[in-house]
Amino acid sequence: MKRTPITLFVLLGVGLTLVLAFFVSPLASSAPDGLERVAIDQGFEGQATEHAMATGPLADYSVAGIHETWLSTGLSGVIGVVLCFALAAALVLAIRWVRRRPTVPTA
Amino acid sequence: MHIPDGFINAPTCVVGGVVAAGLIAVSVRKAAATLDDRQIPLAGLVAAFIFAVQMLNFPVAGGTSGHLLGGVLAAVLVGPWVGSLALSVVFAVQALVFADGGLTALGLNIILMGYTTCFGGYAVFLLVRKVLPKTATAVVGASAVAAWSGVVLASLVFTFYYAVGGTGGAPLGTVAMAMIGVHMLIGIGEAVITALTVSAVLSSRPDLVHGARDLRPALTIQTPAGAPAAGRAR
Repeated sequence: MKRTPITLFVLLGVGLTLVLAFFVSPLASSAPDGLERVAIDQGFEGQATEHAMATGPLADYSVAGIHETWLSTGLSGVIGVVLCFALAAALVLAIRWVRRRPTVPTA
Repeated sequence: MHIPDGFINAPTCVVGGVVAAGLIAVSVRKAAATLDDRQIPLAGLVAAFIFAVQMLNFPVAGGTSGHLLGGVLAAVLVGPWVGSLALSVVFAVQALVFADGGLTALGLNIILMGYTTCFGGYAVFLLVRKVLPKTATAVVGASAVAAWSGVVLASLVFTFYYAVGGTGGAPLGTVAMAMIGVHMLIGIGEAVITALTVSAVLSSRPDLVHGARDLRPALTIQTPAGAPAAGRAR
């Protein structure tokens, strides 16, 4: 039984993920999601307050300064994918690193 | 299903933040006990994939959309402890970088969309697997049922939040019915995406699927024809 080596498996997975984030995310429905729909129908959507990051460079999955909507959404998706991969892998790496060294040097 | 700031009152958000921090601490300890090297890139891949697919809102009914939550998918692929950490990373990135999901509601969102589906949904996965034969098809089927259940469970958890600290004064009964109703539909999308993904990974690297670890001996140990050593594996 021939197995895909894990490095290739992860690379293929990340590649597919980047394709989804860049090419498919601009096609996503922009209709309110389930919770937003309930909030609108039940009259409490007005309770939502301004998000502290609402004017941030990547707010609402768009890249500030890029006015081509699909490109802006697609690029924000790529940035999010890279960030999530790096942070989750770093977190697990850190957990393993700490476990291998029970006495963490107090730097 | 990201809760924005303001839907749930401040005291409830504070309690949610404390509970979420506690759950993450437990996940870190439990994950540390079972980690192997392969889980470092896999945790990254799971977080990245769920982030990307959460962007892909699909239409469900009358001007409404839904998106993957991903907890069952994460738990089946890398186990609930590493999976819940990967999801927490996703929700933190969404709230802090993309202004999706409130900052004060981050703890509530991590419990709602992460831990509820990762553990509640995964419990359903384990139950369904118990009654089905030990085959790859059964793993895919169980992940679909669990994914649907996880979304409906999350709609119940939101209703609980709303009962405890909801603002805006909507009647609890109608909020509950509306949440459960629309998420029974959204859950179908969750089930389809989860089943397709689990099935794809099972066909290329079955050994990397945490929720199918028990299938490995049956797949690799060869016994002479007719020998009873294979036990329950048909």
